[in-house]
Amino acid sequence: MADGRGQMRHRVGLRLWLSAGWLTLLCLAALLAPWISPKDPLAQDLFLGRLPPFWMEGAEPGYWLGTDSLGRDVLSRILHGARVAMTVALVAGTVTCLIGAALGLLAGVLHGWVDIVISRLIDIWMAFPPVLFSILLIAVIGPGLGAIILAIVVIDWTRFARVVRAEAMAQAAMDYVASAQVAGRGRLGTMLVEILPNVLPMIVVLLTLEMGIAVIVEAILSFVNLSISTDDPTWGGMIAEGRTSVHQAWWVLVFPLITLFLTVLSFSQLGEGLKDRFDPVLR
Amino acid sequence: MQLFRAVILRLLTTAVTLLGVAVIVFVVIRVVPGNPIAMMLPPGATDEDVARLTALYGLDKSIFRQFLIWAGGVLQGDFGTSITTRQPVLGLVLGRLPATLELSVMALVIATLIGGFAALTGTRLRGTRSEAAIDVANGMALSVPDFLWGLVLILLFGVLWPVFHISGRVTPSIELPFTTDFYLFESLVRLRFDLWRDIVSHMLLPALALAIPLAAIIGQVLKQSLKETMHLDYVTLSRTKGYSETHVITREALPNAILPTLTLVGVQFTFLIGGTVIIERMFSYEGLGNMAIDAVINRDLPLIQGIVILFAVIFTGVNLVVDLAYAALNPRLRHG
Repeated sequence: MADGRGQMRHRVGLRLWLSAGWLTLLCLAALLAPWISPKDPLAQDLFLGRLPPFWMEGAEPGYWLGTDSLGRDVLSRILHGARVAMTVALVAGTVTCLIGAALGLLAGVLHGWVDIVISRLIDIWMAFPPVLFSILLIAVIGPGLGAIILAIVVIDWTRFARVVRAEAMAQAAMDYVASAQVAGRGRLGTMLVEILPNVLPMIVVLLTLEMGIAVIVEAILSFVNLSISTDDPTWGGMIAEGRTSVHQAWWVLVFPLITLFLTVLSFSQLGEGLKDRFDPVLR
Repeated sequence: MQLFRAVILRLLTTAVTLLGVAVIVFVVIRVVPGNPIAMMLPPGATDEDVARLTALYGLDKSIFRQFLIWAGGVLQGDFGTSITTRQPVLGLVLGRLPATLELSVMALVIATLIGGFAALTGTRLRGTRSEAAIDVANGMALSVPDFLWGLVLILLFGVLWPVFHISGRVTPSIELPFTTDFYLFESLVRLRFDLWRDIVSHMLLPALALAIPLAAIIGQVLKQSLKETMHLDYVTLSRTKGYSETHVITREALPNAILPTLTLVGVQFTFLIGGTVIIERMFSYEGLGNMAIDAVINRDLPLIQGIVILFAVIFTGVNLVVDLAYAALNPRLRHG
């Protein structure tokens, strides 16, 4: 039994490190994209259209992962696409987390009409198909990076609010909270000083998962061509393009897809890994 | 009596939720920039033409008045007229609903089969390397959403090894003798297995993409629940009676372990239905979701409204059925 646990923890550690490593790499790629990209991601050259990746016959030196139908370098576009993806993950994830967790805490601690209003809103939000909701919002707000972030925040705050509300309620019913109140702390004070630190690990886990979701939402919106302007390279946009020419040039779809796949997997494995770390039962 | 009151309360909150959805959609899509009326008219139409058509669709009234008129119509089964096709929204939406329902149900069946199989095999082989392998596969399936699985499946079974169709609902050149829009179901009833095969070959990949994350959740929860049940005394007893391990798992432990999974499947099923929107788009499958994205792109307000409301009705309906089924199946709630 002790052996099994040691092994388990070892595996958890590896998972955490691999995910964190990939995400760090992506952040570096996003920051350094203009300097490390071998080509200009927007430069078109119709004579170099649909070049295969470097190990295949017909590849051109310098275009490591081939080119798309307009002759744009796939590798450079992936590196620049990381900028949009990482910005959306960090900004949308954090803002969603702050708003959702705050509302969830308030509902869980204050009860009464605050809880009723927030719970009803969560119910209504849960009755929307999220993808359709985000497409609708982007159509309303108009395309652009800010619009995507806003849409994610508007739609996904319930993910935090639901879980944090339930957890805060469970914590609020515990003895230590009652004793804090007996000791003279106000309700808001109790919420911030006693309850928040105890739900924080869970919020961090949710935040990590949300960042992965944000990357996917951005990709989906780019896929239906509603994301940011068509010029800026995004993984979703590349995937949409690759989907239409998949029989002629598979690499245009495969490389951004692998990148996106690993990124989403990393965010979620990071979240799961952190969950195991924080879980007192496993520790 | 208690159950009856709970049911009434549940129905009321469902009604409030649907009303909330209707209000939000109504308000949101009316701030959409871009005049849908101007898009309908040929270039060179006069302002007078625009005004006349705007009045015809009721878009010149205040949002509140528009909502009352629309809600009054909805209560009589009139969801308005689509701006792009100029056909009644209800007919259009109901025409596409069967395609989406068939896809969702097929995905649900696949997910239950895969997830159930994974949980049972994992329990049977617990403590071995195979169990660990199943857990890892499960974790991966769970982490990656249907959107990405769809693309992976397109690459694997549409391009690398093209055995399935990756576009449409049925091969366009085929004449369909159907009277309903439930192609899959009707082809079976009519014993047209040639058509059935073609339809399944189109549906399999999108259904699988939708099914993979749900299968992982079912596998995980059912396995956990089985693990807890396997420690109970009655299971140990049946083992001492000499039944095989497979018998003990499937006949003794499974019936008791299945209830938590059942409620979870209900909630997760609504997420699956929500996922059809992008998956249908990806596979050019002519269902509701695909129609919804077109409606958003074309600014077809009445159609968007109708589709979102229908999705909300399905979502809340599924949740309602799950809650009621749980109450009916759980003896503690029934007699409590």
